[in-house]
Amino acid sequence: MSFLTLDHVSHYYFSKNNYTKALDDISFSIQKGEFIALLGPSGCGKSTILSIIAGIIKQTEGKVSLQKKEVETTASEIGYMLQQDYLFPWKTIVDNVLLGPKITHTHSKNTEQKALKLLKEVGLAEVANAYPSSLSGGMRQRAALVRTLINDPKILLLDEPFSALDYQTKLKLEELVSKLLKAYHKTTILVTHDIGEAIAMSDRIFVMDANPGTISKVFEVPIELRNEPPLLVRRHPKYQILFDKVWEELDQRENVQTKKVVSINNEGD
Amino acid sequence: MKATNTDEQLFKAYLSKVKKETKIVYTWQVSILITFVLLWEIASRLYWIDPLLFSSPTTICQVIIEKFSNGSLFTHLEVTLLETIAGFLIGTLFGILLAISLWTSKRFSRIMDPYLVILNAMPKVALGPIIIVALGPGYVSIIAMGAIISVIITTLVVYSAFNEVDPNFEKVLISFGASKWQIFKHAIFPATLPAMISTLKVNVGLSWVGVIVGEFLVSKQGLGYLIIYGFQVFDFSLVMASLVLIAIFAAIMYKFVERMEAWLIKHSSS
Repeated sequence: MSFLTLDHVSHYYFSKNNYTKALDDISFSIQKGEFIALLGPSGCGKSTILSIIAGIIKQTEGKVSLQKKEVETTASEIGYMLQQDYLFPWKTIVDNVLLGPKITHTHSKNTEQKALKLLKEVGLAEVANAYPSSLSGGMRQRAALVRTLINDPKILLLDEPFSALDYQTKLKLEELVSKLLKAYHKTTILVTHDIGEAIAMSDRIFVMDANPGTISKVFEVPIELRNEPPLLVRRHPKYQILFDKVWEELDQRENVQTKKVVSINNEGD
Repeated sequence: MKATNTDEQLFKAYLSKVKKETKIVYTWQVSILITFVLLWEIASRLYWIDPLLFSSPTTICQVIIEKFSNGSLFTHLEVTLLETIAGFLIGTLFGILLAISLWTSKRFSRIMDPYLVILNAMPKVALGPIIIVALGPGYVSIIAMGAIISVIITTLVVYSAFNEVDPNFEKVLISFGASKWQIFKHAIFPATLPAMISTLKVNVGLSWVGVIVGEFLVSKQGLGYLIIYGFQVFDFSLVMASLVLIAIFAAIMYKFVERMEAWLIKHSSS
């Protein structure tokens, strides 16, 4: 049984004097506990897919269902983590983490303890009562991760959560996220433009194509890589093989795109 | 040990330099004031300027002391201060409430747009006579003048601050399923608190304008009334004395709001 299903989803962005087709006929389904990476160039509609699944924007056409129920509005069933941490600077770390329970009116002594436990798990117990401005980028992103996890979402949407970090912090955080998500059996969709990250973390990689956004190819990550932590995956011989394949696919797509642009420009002349 | 000593010395040298600079600034500020008052006094006594029109610092002091000692100045001062504070609070509050209602509905804000532009461009004191006819010749009209002058500008400033809040904060909250009110409470309000507080400072000054003009038009009490009265009976010492008092109390109020701003900002973010 599939957990999350996108059925012929298309999305348009309208403006006063133009419209763009951001997504064209996207269909896929994900099993419970699976880790999916959406990989592609910027502007291919990766983030749009996440926003649609999260219910922040409504798709123009098609259907999204989570456990056979159609996704209508946002609910606590979905955890969404953005590119930057977007911790509220006027709230302490623990108050930031408790935003979810407060909004869904499930806040209690229990959730507070859970927040502290999760913060401890990601190594932020000492700064629970500090303000975000006194934390480093990596720490802030970890706090944001806890904020996303506290409501126990059925599915996690990660929108390039590591892209604003320096390389070392990024690798460490990948390691932590991967460990946590495995421990809690979370279903996850990760949006990224980093091939290595996609291979290191996910079970399947959907390569996307831009203008309009479509899924051009799906790569299965070899079973040997799936259960390894990201740092070890990067050293595995099969990692490089898959990396090259994905690279080739992306490269080909880019060439096609360039030709498209060139032909459009020529038409204009 | 020696190295830390010199570090300490450098720091001390820096501090004393800062202190000295502040001292120079103060000295200049005080000497400008003294020179101005002295020149005024001398010019008046030597008839370089007409003392009947421009009065002199000593006469003004005498007027103030005399009016204070017979108690008549207190009522005037009290009336004007209360009217200004009331006008300021009402204007700011209504302005913020209006901004919130604009934020709540995009359509409402689009509908209201041209009216706000006109109301903002309009010189509010020109509405004085109409307000007096509508609300009666009393303190209610004057408070209304003090309020109306700051309402629209507060609305516009606060509403644009609402719109400048990073939409991603909203996105985070929406992903938890937050309602409009929750978004306002957790993101919009705390994010724009500094902007709202800074409108307070502007509004204090504006309310003084509204109240004084209101008192010019209709009143039997207040500093604005004293100015008009002094003008009519050709007692320019009284006019000047009222002006001096307005300057002092407007500055005190401004400083008070500034303190409050610093306090609020400190306690809302830490």
